[in-house]
Amino acid sequence: MDARTEQFLGYVQGGGQAEATDWLPDEYRQKLVKFIEMHANSELMGVLPEREWILKAPTLQRKLALTAKVQDEVGHAQLIYRVAEDLGKPRGEMLADLISGKAKFHNVFHYPTKTWGDVGVIAWLVDAAAIISQKALLKCSYAPYARIMKKICWEESFHILHGRDVILALMTGTDEQRELVQEALDRWWGPLMQFHGNPIPRDEDPMYVWRIKSQGNEEARQQFLEGYVPQIRELGLTVPDPGLRRDDDGVWHYTEPDWDELKSVVTGHGPRSQDRLAFRARFLEQEKWVRDRLSSNGVLAA
Amino acid sequence: MIFEVFRQERKGQPFAHAGTVEAPDAMFADAWAREQYGRRGESTALWLVPRDAVHRITDWADEFDLKYRRVDGYSIKERLRIARERAGTTAPGDR
Amino acid sequence: MSERARRLLEIADDELILGWRDSEWTGIAPTLEEDVAFSSIAQNEIGHARALYELAAAELGSDPDALAFDRAPEEYRCAPFVELHLLDWAHTIARRYLYEEADRVRLDVLRKDDDAELAGLAAKIDREEVYHRMHAEMWAARLRDEPRFRAAVDELWPYALGMLEPALRPELARRTGLRVESTQAVERGEHTPELEELWNDMTEVRRSVPGATW
Repeated sequence: MDARTEQFLGYVQGGGQAEATDWLPDEYRQKLVKFIEMHANSELMGVLPEREWILKAPTLQRKLALTAKVQDEVGHAQLIYRVAEDLGKPRGEMLADLISGKAKFHNVFHYPTKTWGDVGVIAWLVDAAAIISQKALLKCSYAPYARIMKKICWEESFHILHGRDVILALMTGTDEQRELVQEALDRWWGPLMQFHGNPIPRDEDPMYVWRIKSQGNEEARQQFLEGYVPQIRELGLTVPDPGLRRDDDGVWHYTEPDWDELKSVVTGHGPRSQDRLAFRARFLEQEKWVRDRLSSNGVLAA
Repeated sequence: MIFEVFRQERKGQPFAHAGTVEAPDAMFADAWAREQYGRRGESTALWLVPRDAVHRITDWADEFDLKYRRVDGYSIKERLRIARERAGTTAPGDR
Repeated sequence: MSERARRLLEIADDELILGWRDSEWTGIAPTLEEDVAFSSIAQNEIGHARALYELAAAELGSDPDALAFDRAPEEYRCAPFVELHLLDWAHTIARRYLYEEADRVRLDVLRKDDDAELAGLAAKIDREEVYHRMHAEMWAARLRDEPRFRAAVDELWPYALGMLEPALRPELARRTGLRVESTQAVERGEHTPELEELWNDMTEVRRSVPGATW
C-alpha cells in the first residue's frame, strides 16, 4: 500500500469522511462502487416481489400503504444510483450489469412471495434486517452515501410499522390468517439468517476496514436476533430453528445457515432470480424510446 | 441535466442540500423533485439548482496567523484576573 | 340507489380502477424519478376514490372497503376507459392526459353542485389534480411529436369521450382539440372483459377469507 493510501486508510479509520471531489484510493473507490451498486440493485429488485401484492391488497388502506412502501424503495434506488453515478459509473451501465448477472443484488429478493403472509413478514422482518445494515452505513467514510442513508433510514421506519400492523391484523384474525404468517415465516427464516452474510471477522471485512460499514456481519445478525426473536415469539409464532437459543452472555446461537445456498442465490440461481431479471429487462427495453425522448444527448438512463 | 436539490424543512430554517435529480429540464425536475423530497410533507420548500450553476470553493490560503479574526485568538483570563485584583473587585459569580 | 349515490359511485369507481391500473407502474416506469412521481398520482387517485366512497357509503349503509372490493364486477359503474390494460408508456400517458382533461370538465361542474358535501369534496380533489394536470401536460408537451403518443391519443379518444355525459363532451373536445362529431364514443354501461380479470386479481386476497380484517 503506498503512503497516500495508507494515510487515507488511517484518516477513515479515525472517523474521517471523504467527498465526491476528494482523492480516493483506487482500491477504496472500486470496493465502494461495487458495494453501493449492489445496494442500489437490491432496492430496485426488491420492488418486484412486493409490487404484485399492491394489486391484490385486501383493503384501500393496505393498498395505499404498500404502494407507498414500494414507491420508497424505488426512491431509494434513485438516491443510491445517483451516488454511484457521481463516482463515475453511468446508470445505464449499472442496469446492464444487473440484467446480465455481472452485478449482484441481495439474497432475499431472489425468493418468491406466495401469500399475503409474505407481505407482512417482508415488511416486518426483511426490512428490519435491512435497516440494521443501513444504520451501519450512517457513518460511512464516503460522505455522500452516508448522507442519503439518513433519508433512507427515516423512510424505512414506516415500513417496519406497516409490516408489524399487517402481521398483527393477521395474528388477531382467523386461524387461516395466523397460519399465513407462520407458513411465511417458515419459508423466510433461512434467507433472513443468511441476509447479513457469512460471519467473517470484521477486521478481515474490507467494508469495515475502510469504514464503509461500521459493523461486521455477525454483529448485524446478533442485533437482528436480539431485537426480533422476542417480537416473533410474543405473538405465539415459532422460529423454525430448533437450534436457536440465547446464552447467558446474551449471544444468540443458531443452526449454521446454508452458506452454499447464499452463494448460489446471489449468483443468480435463486428460485426467482432469472425471471425477475427478465421482467426488469423487458420493461427497460420496452420503454427505452421514452428515455431517448427525454434525453437530448442520449445520456438519460432509467 | 443534474439538479442539486436543497430543502427547507420548516419556515425559518436554512436550506440544506438533500440530494440530486437527473432531469431533461426544469419542469421535469420540478415534477420529480417535489415527490422525491416532499411527498410526505417533509419539506416546506425546495430549491433546484442545475449542477453547472454551482460554483465550488474548497481551498483557502492558510499561510499567516489569522487568529485575530476569531474568538480563539483572544485570551483575556489572566489580564482580567489582574485587573480585578487591582480594583479590589471579585468575579460576578463570587458575590 | 339514489341519483347522487349513482353519480358518486361512477366517479369513485373511475378513480379506483384507474388508480389500480396506474399503481401497476410502481417499480417499472421508464425512469426511477418518474416512477416515484407517477406512483404518487396513483395513490392520490385511490385516495379520491376512498373519499368518494365515504360519501356514498354513508347513504348506502356500507363502508369504503366494502364498496371498493365486495361488489360483483357488473355492479361497478366505471367507464370502459379506465378498465383498459395499457401496460405501455405511450398509452398510459395518453390516458393520463385525456383522463385529466375529462376529469377537469367533470369536476368544474361538480364544484358548483347544490350538494355542499359533494361540491366541497370536488373542490378538494381539484386542488390535488392541479399537480396531476401539470404532470400530464409536461409529458404531452414532451411527446407531442412522438407518433406512438399521437396514435395512442387517437385510439383512446372515443373512450375518453364515453367517460363524460354527452352534454359535457363538446367542452372536452374544445380543450383537447379533438373532434366529437365523427367519433363513436365508447359509452359507460357495458364493461370490458378486462374488468373481470382486474377484479379477480384485486379481490383475490380479500375473498380468500371472507369477512376477515386485514
